[in-house]
Amino acid sequence: MRWDFASIFENTDALLVGAAGTLRIFAICLVLGLSLGLVIGLGRYARTRWLYIPATMFVEVFRNTPVLVQILWFYFALPILLPFEMSPLAAASLGISLNSAAFSAEIYRGGIQSIETGQWDGARALGMRWGQAMRRIILPQALKRMLPALTNRAIEIFKMSTLASAVAYVELLQQGKLIASLNYNPIEAYTAVAVIFFVFLWPLVQFSYFLERRLRRDE
Amino acid sequence: MTILSVTGLTKRFGATDVLRGIDLDVARGERIAILGASGSGKSTLLRCLNFMERPGGGTIALDGEVLGREGRTAERIYRESELIQVRQRVGMVFQQFNLFPHMTAIGNVMEGLRTVRGMAKHEAEARARKELARVGLADKADTYPAHLSGGQKQRVAIARALAMDPEMLLFDEPTSALDPELVGEVLAVILALAEEGRTMLLVTHELGFAYHVATRIIFLADGAIHEQGTPDEVLKNPKKERTRAFLASHKQFSF
Ligand SMILES: Nc1ncnc2c1ncn2[C@@H]1O[C@H](COP(=O)(O)OP(=O)(O)OP(=O)(O)O)[C@@H](O)[C@H]1O
Ligand SMILES: [Mg+2]
Repeated sequence: MRWDFASIFENTDALLVGAAGTLRIFAICLVLGLSLGLVIGLGRYARTRWLYIPATMFVEVFRNTPVLVQILWFYFALPILLPFEMSPLAAASLGISLNSAAFSAEIYRGGIQSIETGQWDGARALGMRWGQAMRRIILPQALKRMLPALTNRAIEIFKMSTLASAVAYVELLQQGKLIASLNYNPIEAYTAVAVIFFVFLWPLVQFSYFLERRLRRDE
Repeated sequence: MTILSVTGLTKRFGATDVLRGIDLDVARGERIAILGASGSGKSTLLRCLNFMERPGGGTIALDGEVLGREGRTAERIYRESELIQVRQRVGMVFQQFNLFPHMTAIGNVMEGLRTVRGMAKHEAEARARKELARVGLADKADTYPAHLSGGQKQRVAIARALAMDPEMLLFDEPTSALDPELVGEVLAVILALAEEGRTMLLVTHELGFAYHVATRIIFLADGAIHEQGTPDEVLKNPKKERTRAFLASHKQFSF
């Protein structure tokens, strides 16, 4: 067989639209997933039952169901139960964000628990409130330890964005499928999609290494 | 004048009674050394005094004002804001220093001023430099704890506590985690604070230091004050058998 990348270059526009869609859903899910994860992780760490129990239930539900099923459920089932329409973007963002929140909640909880109790003692002995100690003393140290795990989460989120094609959200894989079916060139189309993902993700990982080095300057 | 007044203080962890009714009045300017075997409740006593641990029973009064209010059980009910005030007035220095590793020495000293007091940055920085100079570490202001020796870390921790202008200082074995050659520099700082007339409670195994610096010695056994008096009374002429046995077991004891 012969590789025919010309048919890919002819469809650069379609791929650009797809890349924009992928970046958009990635940004939404990264922010929503990691910040909601922090809130739920703090809930999992709380001693109050009224925070601990719902946070734990959330984590268990979203950790133990496939993201693809969640996305399909939000798109097709939720609008039947509730009186509003779901756009493909909304359904896919919800599924991916909530799933990421569940996983990152466990990262946050583990990171916070890994900080020695002496740090809490030092903060409280100065007269800090719980929130001040968390924000100024505990979280900055925990985040540093969690950075590799959170980077992995970010990479996962980026790759999970392809699941949005299941509800016909316009992103890279969706556009790849479209190009492949119009030009009968699945090898080239999917190779191009894979390459574009790599081109996005590789710098992201390099950036996280850079961040880790920066954060280690106090050692 | 009494600054701190403790009556009938008890604390239990699970099934163990760690403190069994401590009565203690601390006068302004007094320096009390607390001695006792491992597990006798020394740390727990100190930690109850600034409410790092909630007392199980009894009362603690600061400047004549009894803290907390009565609840349905022996344990009083404390408001968080009240405890935060107390912790600012009663500074604490830990055996393991508990410096914040992600902040420089001066960052550590400024932290309470900035976050708790809400002091402006330049003001907090000036104050922190003063405190670092007092413990002889002006030149280490921008060094992270990981690059400080144990003795330097503990001096930063003392500066951090001093920056909050505490009326009273609690030291929990401040030199126990240090290599022997670094003990002296920390004791020198504490001695200087003693000479300023600061009120302090000091848990220590350095009996010689306790003898020189303390105005009163308390020997704790099984969560109760077993014997107390002046350094001469307790360290040179202990009346109780257990005190004698404890002192005998500290071979390095010398005046
Ligand atoms: N947070 C805690 N939970 C359960 N038990 C505790 C806790 N803190 C202290 N204890 C127990 O209380 C007792 C007294 O402990 P404490 O630390 O006050 O003794 P100490 O006199 O300071 O001993 P050391 O000289 O070893 O520091 C010990 O038996 C200890 O195991
Ligand atoms: Mg102790």
